[in-house]
Amino acid sequence: MDIHEYQAKQLLVKFGVSIPPGEVVYQTHEAENIVTWLNEDKIVVKAQVHAGGRGKSGGIKICKNNDEVIKTVDEMIGMKIITPQTSENGKIVRRVYLEKGYDIAKEFYLCITVDRETGGNTIISSRKGGVNIEEVAEKDPDEIHTMQIAPGSDLLTHHARTIVYNLGLKGQEAKQAQKNILAIYKAFTSLDAALIEVNPFAVTNDGDVLVLDCKASFDDNALYRQRQVAEMKDENEYDPLELEAARHDLNYVKLEGNIGLMVNGAGLSMATMDIIKYYGGEAANFMDVAGAATPERVAAAFKLIYKDKDVKGILINIFGGMMRCNDIAQGLVNASKEVGLDKPLVVRLEGTNVEMGMDILNNSGFPIKPVATMEEAAQKVIEMVKE
Amino acid sequence: MAVLLTKESKVICQGFTGAQGTFHSERAIAYHTNMVGGVTPEKGGTKHLDIPVFNTVAEAKKKTGCNASGVFVPPPFAADAILEAVEAELDLVVCITDGIPTSDMQRVRREMKGSKTRLVGPNCPGVLTPGVGKIGIIPGHICKPGRIGVVSRSGTLSYESAVQTAALGQSTIIGIGGDPVNGTNFVDALELFLDDPETDGIVLIGEIGGTAEVEGADFIKSWSGKHKKPVAAFVAGSAAPKGRKLGHAGAIVNSGAETADAKKEALKSAGVEVSDTITRIGEAMKKAMGI
Repeated sequence: MDIHEYQAKQLLVKFGVSIPPGEVVYQTHEAENIVTWLNEDKIVVKAQVHAGGRGKSGGIKICKNNDEVIKTVDEMIGMKIITPQTSENGKIVRRVYLEKGYDIAKEFYLCITVDRETGGNTIISSRKGGVNIEEVAEKDPDEIHTMQIAPGSDLLTHHARTIVYNLGLKGQEAKQAQKNILAIYKAFTSLDAALIEVNPFAVTNDGDVLVLDCKASFDDNALYRQRQVAEMKDENEYDPLELEAARHDLNYVKLEGNIGLMVNGAGLSMATMDIIKYYGGEAANFMDVAGAATPERVAAAFKLIYKDKDVKGILINIFGGMMRCNDIAQGLVNASKEVGLDKPLVVRLEGTNVEMGMDILNNSGFPIKPVATMEEAAQKVIEMVKE
Repeated sequence: MAVLLTKESKVICQGFTGAQGTFHSERAIAYHTNMVGGVTPEKGGTKHLDIPVFNTVAEAKKKTGCNASGVFVPPPFAADAILEAVEAELDLVVCITDGIPTSDMQRVRREMKGSKTRLVGPNCPGVLTPGVGKIGIIPGHICKPGRIGVVSRSGTLSYESAVQTAALGQSTIIGIGGDPVNGTNFVDALELFLDDPETDGIVLIGEIGGTAEVEGADFIKSWSGKHKKPVAAFVAGSAAPKGRKLGHAGAIVNSGAETADAKKEALKSAGVEVSDTITRIGEAMKKAMGI
């Protein structure tokens, strides 16, 4: 689960991480109190959306006086932000963060993630912060430092010291940076984070070390024990169909194509997206009917896909395993009746009683095409969508 | 002799009397798995599915001589269940549970350092040796005894692979699971199959996220002389967008090295027969074996 920058900072500050003073606003009039309270010569106004690259898309503005702040907030709320990390539809700004602006002396990059190879965590740091780190990795790989922390181990002072020296810091600045790095790591492990990326991790002209921008995401599997994080979920950042799917315990991700998919199993669902692409089509979604593919779950998943206006045809690919195909087929026919099915529907079922299932689908009276193989299913649905 | 689960294995189930543990243990027994008992705290001394229930894994081992366990314990308690089996020094622990926090698995990884126990999973369909037995949820009727080793991150794609290699049959099917921090990985499974005299060819099914497939490819590259076996592979997620998690906790592309295409390239460069679609994995295996 991702959270907003201001929420990440609210969490980090509890662990002793240094952040600029700031406050979030949802409406322009709220900004008036905040600027008075901040009482700074320079205020940064930042759109809060779950997407990197805001700065280049007008999502970050530096303001020199209170009137300018209020005018900027007014422009930003409701604005659409399109960055390389959003879809072409962009994201609507609903929350804006106001924080004290600084004169920056040095900008660094700092990131903690889970290291899947070792099972521990990795800390990536660079002196070249404030820019796209992937570009630095490409052009200046020597400027990227990685440190591996053994599985389940704490970050120790000597680790933090090494990172700070790699960043080229000395004296008070080194001490402050070290304290911040230890605190960020503590936050990472205590909150079951999956990623905390600080860019820039900055030293101001006054010699203060601060987290200026921060991205954080968390382990979905641990949210049950991280309530303060779970409560930060901003439903506006999610596709409405994805939220509905989550309520039904379905693994669903909205994609750009026009062929709706319903599959049991994450791997088979990806492989179905792949085979559609292989034959020249594009999936409208990833969908794993997680858990047992019961007739009820299959019907709920089917109705959800049917709601997606981008879907021009549907492909259902169920590897029955222990489920009976005739039950699944009956569930689909019942759901088709409910929605008044008028889009092409191609079904591939594999498992027990497959012939009975095929018969039920063939005699349903709806535009349902049962096929024997996944290959045929992909080709057929692409063909039917083109017509 | 297959790998991991053999005729000598004595199997228990942790979370035995729960809905999942019961459902899948019934099927494992019907598949003639040598199940000698189960563990559910507070239910020790009773019987379930006609076999004894114990309070702890240590007690189950003492009374039955079990050496393998299937874990069907709910996510908040699953890491603890794994470590209980590790401390009892079982040879094999297969964790089916989906949804274990990553930091719990990091802890498991730390505690298991130097341990002789092999962990398979979590978030996996388990291990099945056709004609011998199964731990987990792989449907027995789709698997046939034979000489192909299957290792897969995805459950359903391991089933597809079993169906497509039915003519050749399988020595053992290993589901390593879709979590970012797990036990057995591709390199471990490849090593087991390489050393198994009853395995002639290997099907490897990967997916987006992490670099375990690339490490597998590097290991295959190191095979030389007579000590090598044909490998066919498929990597799911060529059509996956960057930065979106697709079902499995570990199925997410964060960098270029984690894409399906990068992994396919790595496997091809190691001489693996890579299939463009899952529907041709059986053909790819035959091609790799020259039949």
